[in-house]
Amino acid sequence: MTRSRQAKHQEGLIMGLATKAGAVAALLCAGAAVAAEPAIPVKQVADMLHAVMSSDRTVYTQKVVNRLQNEEKVITADEHFMDQKALPLPAQMFRFGAEMAAEKNKSFSYSLLSLWPINKQNKPRTELEKQGLSFVAENKGKNFYGEETLGGKKFFTAVYADIAVSPACVSCHNEHLDSPRDDFKKDDVMGGVVIRIPVN
Amino acid sequence: MLLWLLWFAIALPAGAAALAVIVYGGNRWFLLIGRTSDGHHQIELACDACHTSVFGGPEVLQAACVNCHGAELQAVNDSHPQSKFTDPRNAERTARLDARFCVTCHQEHRPRITRPMAVTLPDDFCVICHQDIGEERPSHKDLSFATCASAGCHNFHDNQALYTDFLRKNAKQPDHLPKPRIALVERRARPAAGARALVAADADAPDGHRSEEAVTAWAADAHALGGVNCSGCHADKQAGWVAAPGLATCRGCHAEQAAGFIAGKHGMRLRDGLLATREGPFGLFKQTALGPMTPAMARVPMKPEANDTALGCTTCHGPHRFDLARARVEACAGCHDDAHTRAYFGSPHHALLEQEAAGALPAGSGVGCATCHMPLAEQRRDGRRHVQVTHNQNANLRPNEKMARGVCLNCHGLRFTLDALADAALVKRNFQGLPAGHVESIDWATRRTRKREAAK
Repeated sequence: MTRSRQAKHQEGLIMGLATKAGAVAALLCAGAAVAAEPAIPVKQVADMLHAVMSSDRTVYTQKVVNRLQNEEKVITADEHFMDQKALPLPAQMFRFGAEMAAEKNKSFSYSLLSLWPINKQNKPRTELEKQGLSFVAENKGKNFYGEETLGGKKFFTAVYADIAVSPACVSCHNEHLDSPRDDFKKDDVMGGVVIRIPVN
Repeated sequence: MLLWLLWFAIALPAGAAALAVIVYGGNRWFLLIGRTSDGHHQIELACDACHTSVFGGPEVLQAACVNCHGAELQAVNDSHPQSKFTDPRNAERTARLDARFCVTCHQEHRPRITRPMAVTLPDDFCVICHQDIGEERPSHKDLSFATCASAGCHNFHDNQALYTDFLRKNAKQPDHLPKPRIALVERRARPAAGARALVAADADAPDGHRSEEAVTAWAADAHALGGVNCSGCHADKQAGWVAAPGLATCRGCHAEQAAGFIAGKHGMRLRDGLLATREGPFGLFKQTALGPMTPAMARVPMKPEANDTALGCTTCHGPHRFDLARARVEACAGCHDDAHTRAYFGSPHHALLEQEAAGALPAGSGVGCATCHMPLAEQRRDGRRHVQVTHNQNANLRPNEKMARGVCLNCHGLRFTLDALADAALVKRNFQGLPAGHVESIDWATRRTRKREAAK
């Protein structure tokens, strides 16, 4: 390597390092700026997310499914809604939203589970899910919060009761051949929404 | 010293040549670390079709898989999409079987462990997530997990014809439906607004390019009736008169058919961006496309005389007379020479085709190769029925239950269909005879329903 090329190479290296240092500094500044903003406690974030989820879920169940299927009887809701030209079930609507949100934003996840699931893949699997679902079923009006480690990552996990908000919920879950229960009543706890947020 | 010089004199140019081939393309056989699977061997030398970046992990390969196969999986309502496995509650499961990535089950270049459907896992992998299925389904209690994907039971991706409610709903159908559903694409070639149907005298090909044979064939066919003159396909603004227009021209008007064609094995080498070589320094490498598939490249038996036939739109349709009857059987049997194809000509399906040709059955009653392998697909668009021929003949090929809904159930009951598709020897004989065995899934589904209803 000639002297001038060496010099150019060193210059390039220095410029590169300087650029990287600048970028790191910018990141630190940005970090400081973010840190200066009021941080929202993770529990509050979970509560906020749940407020949106449960509201949308209630609106779809009451104003779409219950109204059109149970009251006006103009269309049904069906697990195989594509084949049957029907509405997606409220539980499917919720899951589709959860899957789309997971693709858009990896900083939280959520699912709808139950101690009495029609789809057995939705029964509690982790210890905290079991505790949380039992807690919200036995302590109506209260939420459950905890921390768990899954796949080597630590999560703040919140469990909220999922309530039978309309006759459509009750009739479907009591009559479905795969449902382990047939004695649900309106306003009963039928399961729970589990929200997870990774924490360091 | 001399030896060292000799070594450098050989190794450096060889290394440079190898590096150039890796980067710019050419005969990359030495890079293949193992025989490529049947689904990808046609494009194996276009390494960057899958290996889109030197850097990155399984996400890079995953993006390449999704790029070609994602839409198809979505269309069949994939039973195990990636989104089912990204929730952290599945972390313990994904640690054992990382179903978020296609390559977990479908490793490429691993011939010794590659099984049907290009699956490279032992065939009992379902046990990892469904080990307690016996509790939920007593009928499954003593079944081996190696039998889950037996024909007629479950597929990992496409279960459109196999889910419980579907089995239950179609359980009582007879073997042959009393009214077979005959679907036809009516070719109503109409001139575009402001144009008129053309006749032989209108042909605008320049002298020397206007053979009587071509003009006669064209004048009697859809393009002339639709007002498309010779120049509509042959005249190119830059290249001038193109003697044999290819896929790029056809897809200007037939985009959906072209997209289907390049999604299947017949046309996959013509997919945009698949290059044999890319532009290199000092003009040493020029950008060249991978080029069309030929029967010589195929891994299934083909007629030797067809070996060099380059597959494009006009291979099956003919250059000027787009004869659909020819495209239904003759075009296929012109190249394919496997037992299933040969047996077709003595099959009950072929007998129907002959009866249709003789006028003994209504149009559309005959069952040709394309009836099953390139079926008519029906969609609702803007509230209207839209029917077109599926030009991806691999879309419903394997696992063969994918053919049940779109094809077999038009004429046969589900029970008969699943039994027939599960009988490999019967498939090989092209359905000459009856299914040897019975798939019990329908019986289990109906029995379970009855039990549950009684319990409720």
